[in-house]
Amino acid sequence: MKKKLISMLMILVVAAIYLTGCGDSDSKKASNDGTKKGKVYYLSFKPESDQIWQNIAKEYQKEKGIEVKVVTAANGTYEQTLKSEIAKSDAPTLFQINGPVGYQNWKDHCLDLKDTDLYSWLIDKNMAVKDGDGVYGIPYVVEGYGIIYNEEIMDKYFALSDKAVDINSTSEIKSFDMLKKVAEDMTAKKDKLGIEGVFASTSLLPGDDWRWQTHLANLPIYYEYKDKGINDTDKLEFKYAENFKNIFDLYINNSCTKPQMLGSKSVVDSMAEFALGKVAMVQNGNWGWSQIAETKGNVVKEDKVKFLPIYTGMPEEEKQGLCIGTENFFCINSKASKEDQQASIDFIQWLYNSDYGKKTVTNDLKFISPFSTFKDDEKPTDPLAKEVIKYMSDTSLNTVSWNFTSFPSQTFKDNFGAGLLQYANGKESWDDLKAAVIKDWEAEKTATK
Amino acid sequence: MQRTLKKYFIVFTLPTLIAFAIAFVIPFVYGIYLSFCSFTTVTDTKWVWFDNYIKAFSNNKEFLNALWFTAKFAVVALVSINVFAFLLSLALTRKIKGTNIFRTIFFMPNLIGGIVLGYIWQCIINGVLSKFDLYLLSDSKYGFWGLVILMNWQMVGYMMVIYIAALQNVPSDLLDAAKVDGAGAMQRLRYITIPMVMPSITICTFLTLSNSFKLFDQNLALTAGAPAKQTQMLALDIYNTFYGRNGFEGVGQAKAVMFFVLVAVIAFTQLRFTRSREVES
Repeated sequence: MKKKLISMLMILVVAAIYLTGCGDSDSKKASNDGTKKGKVYYLSFKPESDQIWQNIAKEYQKEKGIEVKVVTAANGTYEQTLKSEIAKSDAPTLFQINGPVGYQNWKDHCLDLKDTDLYSWLIDKNMAVKDGDGVYGIPYVVEGYGIIYNEEIMDKYFALSDKAVDINSTSEIKSFDMLKKVAEDMTAKKDKLGIEGVFASTSLLPGDDWRWQTHLANLPIYYEYKDKGINDTDKLEFKYAENFKNIFDLYINNSCTKPQMLGSKSVVDSMAEFALGKVAMVQNGNWGWSQIAETKGNVVKEDKVKFLPIYTGMPEEEKQGLCIGTENFFCINSKASKEDQQASIDFIQWLYNSDYGKKTVTNDLKFISPFSTFKDDEKPTDPLAKEVIKYMSDTSLNTVSWNFTSFPSQTFKDNFGAGLLQYANGKESWDDLKAAVIKDWEAEKTATK
Repeated sequence: MQRTLKKYFIVFTLPTLIAFAIAFVIPFVYGIYLSFCSFTTVTDTKWVWFDNYIKAFSNNKEFLNALWFTAKFAVVALVSINVFAFLLSLALTRKIKGTNIFRTIFFMPNLIGGIVLGYIWQCIINGVLSKFDLYLLSDSKYGFWGLVILMNWQMVGYMMVIYIAALQNVPSDLLDAAKVDGAGAMQRLRYITIPMVMPSITICTFLTLSNSFKLFDQNLALTAGAPAKQTQMLALDIYNTFYGRNGFEGVGQAKAVMFFVLVAVIAFTQLRFTRSREVES
């Protein structure tokens, strides 16, 4: 009896498997019939704006009747997700790369976008990812980063009678030496200022260390490239390692967290420390505003949040501006069907040219758009974006470009971050770290060729 | 009866065979094929002979480091888990009050998933270490011992249940006879109980050894290999090579094939060894 029951169950299970199998192929057929108009499958990069993209997709579907599917890869897993998604028959038609290095990985899947309207709208054509005559990646956002400071706390410091410097406002900080003097004096007087440290935690938790191994590391590389007149290299000299150390040491020694504890801190922690007024400065980009604004109990006033360029002790750095660029480029899957490719291009062009699209880009995604379709009153109004636009239009300053898009690989960055953590933990000397970075750069450049 | 069985053999086993082929045989063979290829997507491959295998060792020391770390961990975990599990089962087979409650409690951690356990222990260990201005990633030794503690906590209960079942099956007449002959408690344990529960020891050591070698979620959740990949185990290294680096998918696949061979060899050797010590009552 029992045996019979079991065998019956087995048969039922098998039947169920067969049935669901059939069900699947049926539904696939149905959707294939409807693809004549082309459809869009966008694999999105930023988990924090997933909901916004879903709304955009819904709106577009309502307006144009074209199916738009948006899938967002989990934090830090974009390459993995893209890799497995693109192997499927229903592959993303629209995806993104992070610059020339990302392009090398995906060049077999990138369509030439030279003749699209989108490319013609791009204000600075140099920003696009090009290969020969073709244009394969179009930036869809401009971002800037530097040291974000809370002017209220800074003013409190400058009002002190026993301050160690003779300047009276943060905007007068024009060099690393001055920044160092101010930061160290502020650390000495932190109780008077009611802060726990000058800088927010230098988050070195693996996966949360991109502000250092990518953004901060951009500065010495930028100057090295500039000296040599290049924009990529197989062999890094790491000429300005000492400048990197200057600012890194300043960050970790004048922070609200002890250096040996930094590996336990995440970006969210640092942004919260800043938002709660526990610290006066934090290095991050204009995208960080939403994090500051959304922190519960946030005490930072909107008109008191400003940017300061990251000074590292380079000559003539009073003329240095913020680091402005992008590592977000749209690509169209060249292996998708013609209809899908066209549908995807139409979708982005609608997003960056229709009223609804532009409003969403500016107000919800909070992008500073690199396209000429946006008028002055259509630019984002949050304090950090405004600061970036201000720095961008200040012609007396040299904008630092985003050269980290030429860093060899994510592995290089991760190893660099791990090295910085070991350095902060006191387990590795600066010289060892420097040597490891140089060696790793070369090895990774060769390995990823 | 025999004939009808034979007649319907195909009908009844075919679905299973197909499922087995689709879900196991084909991916397995295809995986070995892929380890000799250079590829980004599994549908678009290029044959490169042993290039991937060479790269797995020559590119950097990660694979060997991971192997060494895994081996160390496996040895420590193998010994500690089985010793604790055996001691617990000895204690809980002595008719003490509340034995059942204790058995349930010790077994419970096994029901929690590895990722969740990893994060829970991360909080606990960081909480304790923060008293000394340290945290889990300060030094790789914390990650190592953290992982050992975690695995013990998770696996001891399960192994204990297996040992309890075995201990309850040790014939009491043998033990009584030994007692009458004047054997002490330790002697009875050494010469009667342990040989009698040897089949369970085989199973438990096999399970702990292969589980420690294949450990992934706990490793990922607890330290994710940090600091500087010093606490990265083999499975995590393979995953990171395959997914973390473009152009290294084949290398990751080659590592996975070597990993399979290694685990198979170790597990078989260990099975042989402990099997040879099993006795019949």
